[in-house]
Amino acid sequence: MELHIILLFMIFGAIVAVETKDLISSVIALSAVGLGLSLAFLILKAPNLAITQLVVEILCVIILIRGTINKDLPLVRDGRWLFNTIATFLFIVCFLMFAFFALKELPNFGEPLMRVSQGYIADGLAKSGVANLVTAITLNFRGYDALAEAAVLFAGIIGVLTVTRKTGKNHER
Amino acid sequence: MKDNQKGMTLIVKTTTRILFGLIFVYGVFIVLDGHHAPGGGFAGGLIIALSFIQLLLAFGRGPVLEKLNINRSLYLSAIGIIIFLVSMSLVLLGSGFALRLIPLCDIAVALMVSAGIFAIFLALILSSELKEEK
Repeated sequence: MELHIILLFMIFGAIVAVETKDLISSVIALSAVGLGLSLAFLILKAPNLAITQLVVEILCVIILIRGTINKDLPLVRDGRWLFNTIATFLFIVCFLMFAFFALKELPNFGEPLMRVSQGYIADGLAKSGVANLVTAITLNFRGYDALAEAAVLFAGIIGVLTVTRKTGKNHER
Repeated sequence: MKDNQKGMTLIVKTTTRILFGLIFVYGVFIVLDGHHAPGGGFAGGLIIALSFIQLLLAFGRGPVLEKLNINRSLYLSAIGIIIFLVSMSLVLLGSGFALRLIPLCDIAVALMVSAGIFAIFLALILSSELKEEK
């Protein structure tokens, strides 16, 4: 029940974030959505994800406010509104149709299959020798996942630094 | 402009002086305690990066850039990922003793994430400020 209230709150916040014209208000509404997601993780008993979500949300809000505090957004409101509306409706209908067929195959909400994770929960602690089950899964059973994830994160960091560097090829000319 | 007038107001600076160490130590605690409790390398590293970002926002970029500039934090990040690669491959290939290296993996991830996120933040801030000065 609380989960559904939080989901409705998040949908409302997302709509406000998209539709409002002031950029700062949009960023604040987006942070409200992130806070709702963190609460939802807490209700679903995943404190690990809740902590990470909260911290990432704070970081994103700081960067977004820092980036948008002096700018305003030029909105383009004329032009092909008929084509845009028809295309949007077509895409929504397509998405809903595929989602209807795909979601029928999923297990019910709140009743996961637990085919693989049953084994982790049963004897994960004894096999891995780690005190925390989440750490045992992320850094041992799915170690290759963590390895590639760290590599991707480092590649992303280097990519951002490369894009925003001061000296480049144009500088030497 | 005088040096003590840069950054935010005196209230923010005093609060930051008190809170910086607490937030930093809390991040280290989250990293080291990820072995037993919720938390771990990624979240703790982000908290450490946030403490430095708070210092940067409150005091201006001068005092922070003297300690930790983009190149230095990129080196720290690279050291972190090298430690992570070595220890993680030891954990994955070996067994028994190698499992005790899992806390080291957490610390390496925290080093990489905190230094890298701080470098990204510095790069974004510096590029936007350079555009405004032009």
